[in-house]
Amino acid sequence: MNHLSLITKREYLNKVRNKSFIIMTFLTPIIFVGIFTLVAYLSSLNNEDIKVISVLDESGLFANQFQDTDNLTYKYVSGIPVSEAKTASEKASDYGLLYIPKTQNIEDLSNSISFFSEDSPSLNTMDDIEDTIEEKVNSLKLKEFGINAEQIKELRIRVTTNLETYQGQETSKLGSGLKLIFGGMAGYLLFMFIIIYGNMIMRSVIEEKTSRIVEVIISSVKPIKLLLGKIFGTTLAGITQFLMWTVLIGVLMTVVPAILGIDVSATQTPQEEMIQQTTGAGVDSMVQEVFMEINNLPIGNLIIMFILFFIGGYLLYASLYAAIGAAVDSETDTQQFMMPILLPLILAVYVGFFTVIDNPHGTVSQVFSYIPFTSPVVMLMRIPFGVPMWQQILSVVILFATFIGTVWFASKIYRVGILMYGKKASYKEIAKWLKY
Amino acid sequence: MENLLVANNVSKSYGEFKALNDVSIEVPKGSVFGLLGPNGAGKTTFIRIINQITMPDSGTVILDGEPLKPAHIRDIGYLPEERGLYKSMKVGEQALYLAQLKGLSKQEAKSRLKYWFDRLEIGDWWDKKIQELSKGMAQKIQFVVTVLHEPKLLIFDEPFSGFDPINANLIKDEILKLRDDGATIIFSTHRMESVEEMCDHIALIHKSNKVLDGKLIDIKRAYQSNTFEVGLITPNKEAVTAELKERFELTPATFKSINDELQYKIKISEGASANDLVSYLTSRGQLNRFVEVIPSANDIFIETVNKN
Repeated sequence: MNHLSLITKREYLNKVRNKSFIIMTFLTPIIFVGIFTLVAYLSSLNNEDIKVISVLDESGLFANQFQDTDNLTYKYVSGIPVSEAKTASEKASDYGLLYIPKTQNIEDLSNSISFFSEDSPSLNTMDDIEDTIEEKVNSLKLKEFGINAEQIKELRIRVTTNLETYQGQETSKLGSGLKLIFGGMAGYLLFMFIIIYGNMIMRSVIEEKTSRIVEVIISSVKPIKLLLGKIFGTTLAGITQFLMWTVLIGVLMTVVPAILGIDVSATQTPQEEMIQQTTGAGVDSMVQEVFMEINNLPIGNLIIMFILFFIGGYLLYASLYAAIGAAVDSETDTQQFMMPILLPLILAVYVGFFTVIDNPHGTVSQVFSYIPFTSPVVMLMRIPFGVPMWQQILSVVILFATFIGTVWFASKIYRVGILMYGKKASYKEIAKWLKY
Repeated sequence: MENLLVANNVSKSYGEFKALNDVSIEVPKGSVFGLLGPNGAGKTTFIRIINQITMPDSGTVILDGEPLKPAHIRDIGYLPEERGLYKSMKVGEQALYLAQLKGLSKQEAKSRLKYWFDRLEIGDWWDKKIQELSKGMAQKIQFVVTVLHEPKLLIFDEPFSGFDPINANLIKDEILKLRDDGATIIFSTHRMESVEEMCDHIALIHKSNKVLDGKLIDIKRAYQSNTFEVGLITPNKEAVTAELKERFELTPATFKSINDELQYKIKISEGASANDLVSYLTSRGQLNRFVEVIPSANDIFIETVNKN
């Protein structure tokens, strides 16, 4: 067996046999699913709570206008002054009291309605109430101008733009949402992976330094092989852990809520809601449409590029983490060197989540998808929106060329740094090593 | 004698600091070569250059007739002063790993390890983790790992640190046995008594320069001072002392004795015969002790370092 595979194997086995690694592998999905289930459970509790709202309608315009919903009940009161209604409502521990006074005209009505409650009412509830009032007031106003509300309703045409690319591929707003989710997940996954396992590599370099074994090893193998073996071994361990997490979370997510009988959909994300709204369709047809859209995504392209950018981006940062590990004596000294690494990474995520979403093919998005320190995250987020193949390939080539450069650079720092105990390598010395 | 290792005019700087200045050293094949020097003299830098961990700024190193090249790593066994093992790894696994890095096959490494573990009576440590072992125990493992691939050249940097006297002796015997089996040994230490016991050749590095080298016996001869330690029983002490002072260079000596006697170190002039001194002394009293003072490696070390 050659040196590189020996070192990789040792690093891998050492990582996956580590007790805290094993504990984290199993504990993380449990905690994740646990929190998720808890949130789902709490939201369902929240929703079961039926809110009662008293309505004192002096105007007499809103009789039966407020429709009860799953968690809202309207209770009409009449013939009592506001102050009395307030006390009654408070005594009955109602959610609130809606007071609609009698006014001269409709304009006055629009800004004289009050809502009294114990605490600030939830925004959703207020939106519901205001919508109902607005609708009624609008129709009254229309009537005043002699316009038939029914006719208006008939006149109103719902517009859905059919989005289509020049190549004839149909797209939709739902598709954009999905692309965003796919790209965002890929980019974010890479970001997390770099931070978690980059740190692991750094710690492993520091460990070799503090245990003083490094000089023994370095008299047998070239430092660059030790460096690469370390990166590869830790990466494989990381992939193992990630796969375990995916499987475990998947299993737990299906099993646990089923056992506890919790409706997971209660924790619907705003994005999902948005998708539902944009399609304006029922859940069944939405599911169909989602599958259709997923089929429309360039899946093959996405997977291949995900793998390439993931490997390239991760290795790029991993080598820098290793160089930091070699340059310092203990983990507490690493802080000052961490910033230059984290900065481009965070920048990439920000550019991804703000600029790419806004305009996937704008100048900023394009530029950042070529810069090797941000390209893995940014390009991964852009690809679902359709990026010409030559751009993708160019970006990958730049990334891997830079990776070779950083590994070369890191290995030079590494081979000097690992033998420096308690003193800092001078730039002059590093420059000398760079020449060798 | 043929040289296994020849360093020609090796220099190395770290930034402004010159760690080695034009150092040339020849290590004869089959010798135990003592590389001596105070802390920070440049010994470790020199050793790292031999191990190709660092490259010299100038100068060449020849191993067994060839300029140093990466393939030579297998011919060298190195026990660094800053040494350690993976703490959470099991002894056997770790030894196998390190042996394989030196190019041994797994089977070969296993059988050799078994031999060495039995020899040093540490066979039952195979499944223990390093962190469960004492420092001395870990040192034994480290020693085995260093010699396992049977290199031509063995470099030990302070090999006895961390050992109790019994184990230090054990390791010393093993090192000498390795030499008898044909290995050449470079031995860097501050412990002069082990230099005295083990080394045939030495080189002394001080402030990045080589200040002394050669066969230990030759060096001792050069530092010989024609001085003899003498114990003399005589009735009239004052008179004899006065007489001695007149004729020789005299310094007081102290050694254990059950007699009431004069104890002196007497230096005779160049070319004078020790026999003459003996017959002179016997004529003045009963000569109880007469030993030539041979400079110890320690004396030479201190004298040379202070002179420079």
